Amino acid sequence: MLDQILPTRHPLLVRIPGVVVMLAVLSIGFAWASPGFLSWPNLSNVLAQSSVLLLIALPMTLVIMTEGLDLSIGAVLSLASVSLALVAVTTGSLLLALLVGVAIGAACGAVNGWLVAWLRIPPFVATLGMFGVAQGLALAVSDGQSITGIPTSVQAMYSGTLAGIPVPILLMLAATLAMHALLYATPFGTYVFALGGNREALAFAGISQRRVLLCVYTLAGAMGGLAGLLLTARLNSGHPSAGIGMEFDAIAAVAVGGTTFERGNGWLPGTVLGVITIGVLRNGLNLIAVPSSLQVCCIGILVILAFVFEAFTGERTGAQV
Amino acid sequence: MSATIFSAPRFALSSELVRIGFRLLAVALLCIALSLASDAFATQANIMNVLRQASLLFFMASGLTLVVLTAGLDLSVGANIGLSACVAGTVMKATGEPAYAVVAALGIGAFVGLLNGVLVAVLRIPSFIATYGMLWILHGLTYAYMAGSTVYGFPRGFRQFGNGFFLGVPIPVLVMAASLIVLALFTGRTIWGQQIYAIGANPVAARLSGMPVRRRLMLVYTLSGLTAGLAALVFLARLNSAEADIGGSLTLPAIAAVLIGGTSLFGGVGTLFGTFVGTLLLTLVLNGMNLLQIDSRWQPLVTGVIIVAAVWIDIRTSGRKT
Repeated sequence: MLDQILPTRHPLLVRIPGVVVMLAVLSIGFAWASPGFLSWPNLSNVLAQSSVLLLIALPMTLVIMTEGLDLSIGAVLSLASVSLALVAVTTGSLLLALLVGVAIGAACGAVNGWLVAWLRIPPFVATLGMFGVAQGLALAVSDGQSITGIPTSVQAMYSGTLAGIPVPILLMLAATLAMHALLYATPFGTYVFALGGNREALAFAGISQRRVLLCVYTLAGAMGGLAGLLLTARLNSGHPSAGIGMEFDAIAAVAVGGTTFERGNGWLPGTVLGVITIGVLRNGLNLIAVPSSLQVCCIGILVILAFVFEAFTGERTGAQV
Repeated sequence: MSATIFSAPRFALSSELVRIGFRLLAVALLCIALSLASDAFATQANIMNVLRQASLLFFMASGLTLVVLTAGLDLSVGANIGLSACVAGTVMKATGEPAYAVVAALGIGAFVGLLNGVLVAVLRIPSFIATYGMLWILHGLTYAYMAGSTVYGFPRGFRQFGNGFFLGVPIPVLVMAASLIVLALFTGRTIWGQQIYAIGANPVAARLSGMPVRRRLMLVYTLSGLTAGLAALVFLARLNSAEADIGGSLTLPAIAAVLIGGTSLFGGVGTLFGTFVGTLLLTLVLNGMNLLQIDSRWQPLVTGVIIVAAVWIDIRTSGRKT
């Protein structure tokens, strides 16, 4: 229906993904408005600050490719953050903190996957329920307080460097490569594509949809736990509401990156660019002294713009009205 | 013609009565259990308090019900209440005139709803994304507008709207009863209302049979914004103050109330009366937790579990496939 109303897409726009255009426009704009933007320390800062978001946006892409959604990831991240902060403060061990964070995240994700795949509850509702549960648990575990006194071994996860490169940037690279390989070079990745695009094919191939879904949501939760570790290291404390709203940034990054919310047309490099776009937007707005409340507002507008842009270039059809 | 095609057959009406009957039974059982568990429950003051709390939730949930009936979702209601309440509170404080506040709250609420409607119906952005984006836009605007300050101390006449009584019944409860009747008649007895059900049940069939799908969708989202504005007014009058984070924790309970009330997320099934019963159920649970002195930090957890359980029961009992 929309195709008849809107003009046919311009050939140039087809070739260049929307996220590249957005990233270019924002970068040029901020470089013009603020001379400090293009300096290496600032750009490396943008990347490091994007690391937490990237860790949850990558698996969010997979979740959305299965025509799902994970609204709980921010709350799960908070729960993992306060739990691992407690463990780190009492034991002083980075490894234990990492294990606890990832285990709690994976457990929450597995419950999400079970609700979605076995009980057939719409992902949106299942993860909204998990949002409430994880938020309640995070408040209960931390008694509503910040947990401080994080040992230096945990702090080094964000502030340390390895061979001159900041650890969070190395983590980003590793996570991106691993997820890219998982999605594009393993049978599992093919199943994820099939879950969004052609579930019958998956059934005919004898693959259990449920197990793939379970894996996808569990992966999202586990990565949320890892992101919790990184966030705790960055904030130097665990706070029960530290991750609230991060699910929105993650969904925004995926949407801006050009993954469609129907039929599972996912594009992982787009998500990476989407994360960087949001990082650039936040950083640039900081440089020109826009308050953080209005930054949130701008990200909301960016998401809606992404959908409008895609509608006009014909890459995305949106809701069937 | 369209109305007769899509109006529900008689057996569906009776099954709807059964669905609501079970929920009323749950309300009754909950009341009995709570009055046994706590002496404070069955007092007139507490029951009026429950109804008054339910009224606030109902205003949000009623508009949301219309949206969910079209198989959509409005995640921005809580943030909408935040912005409407803050602007209305500031306006009232500056002018001392409650009428301006009423206009501001309802106007902003409805305008935000209309924007949602345009995003969903015209730009065809999936409703949860459009309203989720709107949530954060409103959230940011509210925090920027208030800049950390609180407005408080409203005229006495306005506060009657939240705390006053008329013939022994709290005024917000009367407003709730009135809006329940109006919206129930609108959805059940008018062609526009029937078209909302039809769009939710099968949007393609609705479009092919010549219904103005876009205009109805915009209407539904606008009404959802309008009821959020109404909730903002009641909230202002109750609290006698407004600050930026006022609506943040309200969206989850509102969605829960709609789903507990038996309105299906897949569209086309549900009633306003069901939402009213769902509102009562949820309010009773939260009130009971307060009376039994359970830490309020557990409330999001309980609400989350209730949401998932309600939808699971809906799917199991209706045999609907996702």
